Parts: sequence; structure tokens; C-alpha cells
Amino acid sequence: MDLILLSPRDLGLAAALVCLLAALSWMLRLGIGRQLLVAAARGTVQLMLLGMILKTLFAQTSLWLIAAMTAVMLAVAGYEVMARQQRRFRGSWGYGLGTLSMFLSSFAITLLALTVVIRVEPWYQPQYLIPLLGMLLGNTMSGIAIALDNLTRNTWEQRHAIEARLMLGHEWQQAIAGIRRDALRSGLIPIINAMTTAGIVSLPGMMTGQILGGSPPLEAAKYQLLILFLIAAGSGLGSLTAIWAGSRRLFDERQRLRLDRLSARKG
Amino acid sequence: MPAPEIPLFQARNLRTAFIRDLALRLFAGEILGLHGDSGSGKTLLLRALADLDPNQGEVKLEGSPRESFSGPRWRRKVGLLPAESHWWEDQVGPHAEHWPMEVLAALGFSPQVLDWQTGRLSSGEKQRLALARLLANRPRVLLLDEPTANLDQGNTAAVEAIVRQYLKETGAAALWVSHDPAQLARLARRRAMMKEGRLTMEDG
Repeated sequence: MDLILLSPRDLGLAAALVCLLAALSWMLRLGIGRQLLVAAARGTVQLMLLGMILKTLFAQTSLWLIAAMTAVMLAVAGYEVMARQQRRFRGSWGYGLGTLSMFLSSFAITLLALTVVIRVEPWYQPQYLIPLLGMLLGNTMSGIAIALDNLTRNTWEQRHAIEARLMLGHEWQQAIAGIRRDALRSGLIPIINAMTTAGIVSLPGMMTGQILGGSPPLEAAKYQLLILFLIAAGSGLGSLTAIWAGSRRLFDERQRLRLDRLSARKG
Repeated sequence: MPAPEIPLFQARNLRTAFIRDLALRLFAGEILGLHGDSGSGKTLLLRALADLDPNQGEVKLEGSPRESFSGPRWRRKVGLLPAESHWWEDQVGPHAEHWPMEVLAALGFSPQVLDWQTGRLSSGEKQRLALARLLANRPRVLLLDEPTANLDQGNTAAVEAIVRQYLKETGAAALWVSHDPAQLARLARRRAMMKEGRLTMEDG
């Protein structure tokens, strides 16, 4: 089966549908037409740029270029995690906590997948590394963002009950155990849902892309499974790291609850 | 009865963001009465003594500096009863390991109180149960923040009697915050006043 290459005309037709939707939104006074067009334009520029960058990257297989690319991906994902927090940690913890947890989980899992599972030679071959890491970062990012937001929000809301337990001599781990469990659970729910409905309700984006790109469906399904398992492991590991370090940071060496280490509520 | 030489509990040069160079001593078996306007720092003082807020200074229990205790162990020995109690389980029972049944009885509760839903407790019930919950830890020092504020006369008398009895039995000491001069006159041989983060001992 040959790969059908998309011409500018093909993409233009699809883009025309978006313009039609924008026109409709203008006629119905939804007030969202402009936003829609800007988002479509942004997506076009970003993906075209990425395509060009990857083209260069694939041609070179230079470890340094790849490292720079992954650093940018991680930096943006770290910022995104921080931006989604209602009450973030003050100081370097605000950015560092999510970024470091994602680095530990996503990079470790990607490395494991490349060297042990797929066994790519050399392991940093960008055609495998970049998409894998991107999938992992994107999903781990959501998991960690949800889990951390849950942790800090619930700690704030239940601060009196936590302190009541501290006053009675409970250890900090005891005092925050329930909140920690809930936060972890919430971080894992997206991937559990994704695995539950995969193939029945939704055709995952990656598999769809591979099938459209001409891969045999069963091969695409196997890759999709691999990715789902890796994402589950990555989200779990990342959320665990972030929640463990984050909840520790909420208490000091005398096991006092230190809400002054959280910033004021955003928005 | 002359006060024993060595204080059971003492604080020196205690400082927080609000409290300045505060000194305080409690002797075995005694109640020190504490009063002062709202916002004068009484609650902040109790929180600092229980090591719940960051603070500096020398605080000792039975001669040992608090640094030789972990935070939780210190707070089991220096028990704080806040003005408003909080409950994290659905039922009363799981909030303490060994409820002092005689205290519950003296406060007018039957043993079935441990099955009660915490969401349906009145403020007076909460306040009395919180005292029993605290005494379950057998603390050496009681920091009581207006422990009878929500109680009627009968229950106030019961709480006063229970604390007195506890101090007599165990040789513990208490710092009792109250807005009621008559109550402090009844309970405390020594009194102190808090004003703008400073503590003044009152003689007589």
C-alpha cells in the first residue's frame, strides 16, 4: 500500500472547513471565530516548523541537537504544569517540582523503551525518540498537573483538619495520607480511562495516524499498546514523584504545615 | 503550697513574626490564666508553644529542650486544644486510640458517643469531645484556648473539674486562655496578660 502524500490543495480544503466554521460563528455571533482562526493559524505554523525541524534532525542524528530539542520540550511541558496550578509552590519549587518529576519519569521510561523494548540502534535515533518522548511528556504532563493541583487545593481546603491531626501528635504522612491518595488517583484517572475505552469508543490519535500513513492495522495496534503502557507507567511514576516531593515540601523539619510555601490563589 | 523549684515547662526568648521576646514558666499541677484582647497574640502564643508555627527561642519540657523531641512527639506532650475543633473521620471513635472513658462520662457522654457522626455534633459537644480526645494522649502540658467558650454553666463546671482533676492526678500543667475574669479567678493562682505580642505577668 503506497502512502498518499497530501498536497497543499488537500490541506487547503480541510482548512476551508475551519474558515466556514469561523464564518458561521460570526453569523451566529458566537464571538469565537477570531480565536478559532488564530488557533488554527498557530497550529499550522507550529506543526510546519516541527516538521521542518524534525526533517533536519532525522537527517543528522546528532545527539546534541536531539538533546537541545528534548530540553525545549521539557521546558515547555514544565511551564504548562506550573500554569495549570491554582496554588503553586513559591520559588524554584513552583517550576522545578513538575519539571523534575516529568524529567525523571518521561526520560527514564523513554530510555527504557528505546534500549530494552524497541532496541533502536543508536538508541537516540530521533525518528523513534522524539515522538515517543512527545507522547510521554504530553500525557505525563496532564497527569502531574492534575495530581499536583489536587494536592495543593485539597491541602488548602482541609488545612484545619490536617492541623488538628498535627496537634494531636500525628506524623505528617498520617495527616496528609488521604489527600495524597486522592491526588495520586486523580493523576492516574486519564490514562486509565484512555486504556479502558481504547479501540472501542476512541481510535487513539497515534494509531489513526499510523493507519492513515499506511501501516498494517495490527502493527499500528501493537505500537499503540506499547505507547499506552508506557504512558501509564510514565504518568504513574511522574505523579508519584511529584506528589511525594510536593507533600513533603508542605511540611517542614518540625512537621509543621507550611502553607506559606504556596502562592496565593490564581485568578 | 510553695511552688516547686524547677518548672515543668519553660519558654525563653520566644519569638515569632508577631511575638517578641516572651518568657513563660509553668509549674507542675498549676494553671496559668491568660487573658488579653482579641488579636493580642494569645492563640499565636499557644501555636508557637505547640511548635505549629515557625518560631525561635528556648522551650523546655521537664528540663529537655524541645529539639530533643520530634515535632509529633512534642505535640503529644504539649497538647493544644484550639478554640474550634476539627474532625476528619465520619465517626467520633477513630479520632483517638484510647478514649478516656471516665472523662467522657464526666462530660456527660455515654460510651455510644464513639459511634456518633461527627457532622452532626453541636459546637458544645465538639468542644467537650475535643478535650477528651486531647487527654487521650496524656499530655504533660495543656494549652487550652477558651475551652468553655461554647458551653453552658453546667458543662463549664464539668470541664473545669476535669482539667483540675487531670492536673492533680498527673502533675501536668495548663495554660488556660479565657475572657472571663471570674473563671480565671476560680482556676488560676497566677495570671498573665497578652498585649500586642508581649506577655506581662500579673501579681496577686
